[in-house]
Amino acid sequence: MNSAMPRGKLIFVMLAFAALALWPLVTGKFGVDLVTKIMVFAILALSLELLVGSTGLVCFGQAAFFGIGAYATVLLSPQDGPASLAWLLPACVLAAAAYALAVGALSLRTRGVYFIMVTLAFSQMAYYVVHDTPLGGGTDGIYLNAKPALGTLLALDKPLVLYGFTLACLAATFGFLALLLRSRFGHALAGIKANEQRMRATGFSTYPYKLAAFTISGGIAGLAGFLFAVKDGFVNPELLSWHQSGAVLIMIILGGLGHLRGALIGAFAFALLQELFQSEAIFGALAKHWLLGLGLAIIASVALLPRGLVGFSGQLRERLAGAHSDVGTADE
Amino acid sequence: MTLATFLIQCLNAVQYGLLLFLVASGLTLIFGIMGVINLAHGSFYMIGAYMAYALAPWVASTLGGGFFATLAVGLVLAVLLGYVLEWAFFSFLYEREHLQQVLMTYGLILVFEELRSLIVGDDVHGVAPPEMLSGTLPLGELMTYPVYRLFISGVCLALALGMYFVFTRTRLGMMIRAGSTNREMVQSLGIDIKFLYRVVFAAGVAIAVLAGMVAAPVSSVYPGMGSTVLIICFVIVVIGGIGSIRGALVASLLIGLVDTFGKVFVPQAAGVLVYVLMALILLWKPDGLFRAG
Repeated sequence: MNSAMPRGKLIFVMLAFAALALWPLVTGKFGVDLVTKIMVFAILALSLELLVGSTGLVCFGQAAFFGIGAYATVLLSPQDGPASLAWLLPACVLAAAAYALAVGALSLRTRGVYFIMVTLAFSQMAYYVVHDTPLGGGTDGIYLNAKPALGTLLALDKPLVLYGFTLACLAATFGFLALLLRSRFGHALAGIKANEQRMRATGFSTYPYKLAAFTISGGIAGLAGFLFAVKDGFVNPELLSWHQSGAVLIMIILGGLGHLRGALIGAFAFALLQELFQSEAIFGALAKHWLLGLGLAIIASVALLPRGLVGFSGQLRERLAGAHSDVGTADE
Repeated sequence: MTLATFLIQCLNAVQYGLLLFLVASGLTLIFGIMGVINLAHGSFYMIGAYMAYALAPWVASTLGGGFFATLAVGLVLAVLLGYVLEWAFFSFLYEREHLQQVLMTYGLILVFEELRSLIVGDDVHGVAPPEMLSGTLPLGELMTYPVYRLFISGVCLALALGMYFVFTRTRLGMMIRAGSTNREMVQSLGIDIKFLYRVVFAAGVAIAVLAGMVAAPVSSVYPGMGSTVLIICFVIVVIGGIGSIRGALVASLLIGLVDTFGKVFVPQAAGVLVYVLMALILLWKPDGLFRAG
């Protein structure tokens, strides 16, 4: 991440958040619900971007932290009435962060593809705990009796309030990560991504940095899980499945790694592609096989957009300027 | 547990492990030699199983053959599929980042699954084992063991030996091993590395398809079978050490044993045992049991 955010990027991010804030004015219940869901996944994608894009640690178990945040929300809520947001939200984030700390402490001993698989292993363990034990209601999942609130103003059972709260969480996460990546800590992470051995040679003990990034990432994923549980009012083991981890990874690669914007764009592009191919109005009977369209779109994006959606404008500019782009020219 | 049941579970474990080895060996080859993370490898297993189901009536009506003719036709199709796929989707991916490959092969999984659903449908099917192998062998006084499961183990063992022979004793194997160590050097010695990669990929696909076809009569044919196998095979590849065929064999048998006996002794926790095993092994040996060399 660059130390100073160029104006173009800043304007893009401001416009995106402004558009999200204005969205409920022009849409109905369906639109609000859809974008709330996408924003939750955008937060989850941002949490993974901190690891994959900024630190170079490919984690294939992000769904575990997401799911733990979601299950904590339901299990910690009292049976009889709404829980207070003031303690429930931090508790869920901490629960996910605690698991991330334990997983990170062990799995950061390995590298590369081995790291990918160990994080998968730990997320599968969490998956089987909620899937096979009575603790989390087994395969059926459990319902959230009353959605949490803070006073009378911030009652998250109202869709518009939840929309606003999710947007605020997304903005806060984005701002927090942008600041974090520009701090000394963020520069250390960028150094680890570029060349960990050199970082160690220059006297950085890289392990604590990686562990801190892993824990923060888990906590943010827990926040996304909390919001997801509140939005749906229901949790099931599928939230922790490896398909979920894979989908988030796909989102950030699709968007473009190494940019926080990429995670936002990827989450929206992924969800909107899903909606597009699922729409019976456009695809008729083929809408049932919407994954086919999604798969083809993903393949096309790999072939045509080697730097992800974020890199598209740069790619276009190079082409218009007549410059030889080093990638992607042969396949078009 | 009596001796006979113990023996049967051992045979089951070995048969399951050897079957996993077939899929995992292709994965570790493509991974270790070509450097491609191929998430779509499980789909080839699925495609194989569906071929065993869908091709059988067609083969019976045109060639008049049974199970083995279907196997042969399926293998030919698999090699063609692998060859075309490598040319169309993988040949430009080698220079790219690993995560681009992950994205591409994830897209392929979705496409394969939906094409399968469009062509064959989403139902679960059974495939009958060939008649000459459908009998059982007596084991002890009360137990019997199906011949077909022994046949699976036999096929897998034969293939494993065949692979070992090709790799260590033939010119092709030598070129493949050299290509995995240093792509540029092999190329500059006048060996067509692109063709070599295409052969390795096609062979990997063919072995996975064969595994699927052979497994179809015992495991039945169902939509999600590809992704289940994929994850287990990645576990095997990592436990065994990336690129190591020997490691894949040892790890497959280990997983087969742990999974089979886990289901017998601790059925509640059977699913998680495999992952616990992987985590323990990787914490002990962060590069897997056998490093590729």
